Amino acid sequence: MIEFKNVTHFYNTEQNEKIASLSGINLKIHKGDFVAIIGANGSGKSTLVKHINGLLLPSKGEVLVENLNTRDMEEVWNIRKQVGMVFQNPDNQLIATTVEDDIAFGLENIGIKAKEMGERVDWALNIVGLNGLRNSEPHLLSGGQKQRVVIAGALAMNTSYLILDEPTSMLDPKGRKNILEIVKDLNKKESITIVYITQFMSEAAQFDKIFVLDKGRIVLEDSPKKVFDKAEQLLGLSLEVPQITRLARELVKSGLDIPGNILNEDEMVKYLCLYI
Amino acid sequence: MFIHLKDVSYTYNLNMPFETVALKGINLKVNRGEFIGIIGHTGCGKTTLLQLLNGLIEPTKGQIFIENIDIHKNKKKLKEIRKKIGLSFQYPENQFFEENIFKEIAFGPKNMGVAEEQLVQSVKKSLQMVDMDYQSFKDRSPFSLSGGEMRRVAIASILAIDPEVIILDEPTASLDPQSCSKLLSVIVDLYQKYHKTIIMVSHNMEIMAKLARRIIVMEKGEIIMDDTPRNIFQKSIDRLEDIGLSLPQVTYTMYKLKKIGKPVSSGILTVEEAKEEILKLVNENKK
Repeated sequence: MIEFKNVTHFYNTEQNEKIASLSGINLKIHKGDFVAIIGANGSGKSTLVKHINGLLLPSKGEVLVENLNTRDMEEVWNIRKQVGMVFQNPDNQLIATTVEDDIAFGLENIGIKAKEMGERVDWALNIVGLNGLRNSEPHLLSGGQKQRVVIAGALAMNTSYLILDEPTSMLDPKGRKNILEIVKDLNKKESITIVYITQFMSEAAQFDKIFVLDKGRIVLEDSPKKVFDKAEQLLGLSLEVPQITRLARELVKSGLDIPGNILNEDEMVKYLCLYI
Repeated sequence: MFIHLKDVSYTYNLNMPFETVALKGINLKVNRGEFIGIIGHTGCGKTTLLQLLNGLIEPTKGQIFIENIDIHKNKKKLKEIRKKIGLSFQYPENQFFEENIFKEIAFGPKNMGVAEEQLVQSVKKSLQMVDMDYQSFKDRSPFSLSGGEMRRVAIASILAIDPEVIILDEPTASLDPQSCSKLLSVIVDLYQKYHKTIIMVSHNMEIMAKLARRIIVMEKGEIIMDDTPRNIFQKSIDRLEDIGLSLPQVTYTMYKLKKIGKPVSSGILTVEEAKEEILKLVNENKK
């Protein structure tokens, strides 16, 4: 379990003012959870997830991963073994000259034997569907493929928690869809806990639970159905509902008897078929 | 016609072992006052095309004319041409380097020899065009801005050289929904109120369907479609899916309804259009 206990994080501005980028965060993410985090630019999403593996430490409060405290310098490496991070721009996370070496990099660092290393790399490559590209040079891959290499690198470490910070914002539609499918599979088939930051509301709609951040606080924590039912509140938080939900709400306003919190195309088609 | 690409190809590492063809046989005419959206997946040649459009790179084959001048035959004119065509890269805030917003925006015109007294005017006007207040922003550090404000300052710094064409590469990437719609309203203003020609690359089909008047679809270095958004999202849905491009959710919903035999008209681009079409059908069904 990942647990935030009353976590506040301050940073200093140029004028030496103390600004809280997180204020009094309490949250629990259980093993096997599939959660999205949304919020305006600057609401504290990235700051929050960087606390999970001790990249940032709380100014006040505690962050625990499997009961290990991120403040405990002895344990921080044990935490990082369990928590994999994938950032927005894969170019910043790729280092080796072949896909295979890149994935093996973390394993070499922790002294895994060659045979096991090979097995883990095979397994990770398989999951992200990059078997055919194991000897390719990472910089020649597409953005989506690069992001998959980064994910495979984290998987090879036997990560139980995978944190993804806007992993699809630089990808084309196909790359986006693909990453989301991989992430869903990792959760359902490999029981890996997923924490996924996104600016795409239609992506957030596909998770089991959404945390909504505003000015460093969690203001909503619920299922997508319930979160996207609060369209007005979301607007006030610089967010919106997915396009298909916008259509559902418009149709409800015009007197059509369908739910106003429809979240995807299939659901919409199903309801519309009752009327046309 | 303003920009004309005639049979343009571009190959990276020409005559080397790692030769890669990025664009081949591109013919494209851009008129003043157009709003063109360019879509296509990563690696299809979009960015190379943008870089060719303002003379940043030279085609390995073919010619580029801007106002009927072959820009690579008249190197002296290149500087003038770059003034006419402003290019905003992806994540333009990564290129910020000045200590305040005034200096950031004034950098371009200053380099182009604009006099000090005119600089103030130019910065004021540029900030106004992106709907930001001169007095409250001029002395602030560009790094202290929110994501959406940074993008607008980056666009203002291009507007400061008073270009006729604005090229935007993924201007809304990683902005939150509201910063995104604010930025888009600024872009619409540039097009409608200030009569700039806009050429925009985006993976966001909802935005493209709503804003662009003409859409160019690229695939493997070639232009495979060049049409109005309505025609593209009506006639070529299967083809778009094949090459891995998505559709706006409402467009896709209507397409699915049609596929299962419902009498909906396809090529629906916005929530408003979808709503009207659905309500029309519901009413017909009641009768």
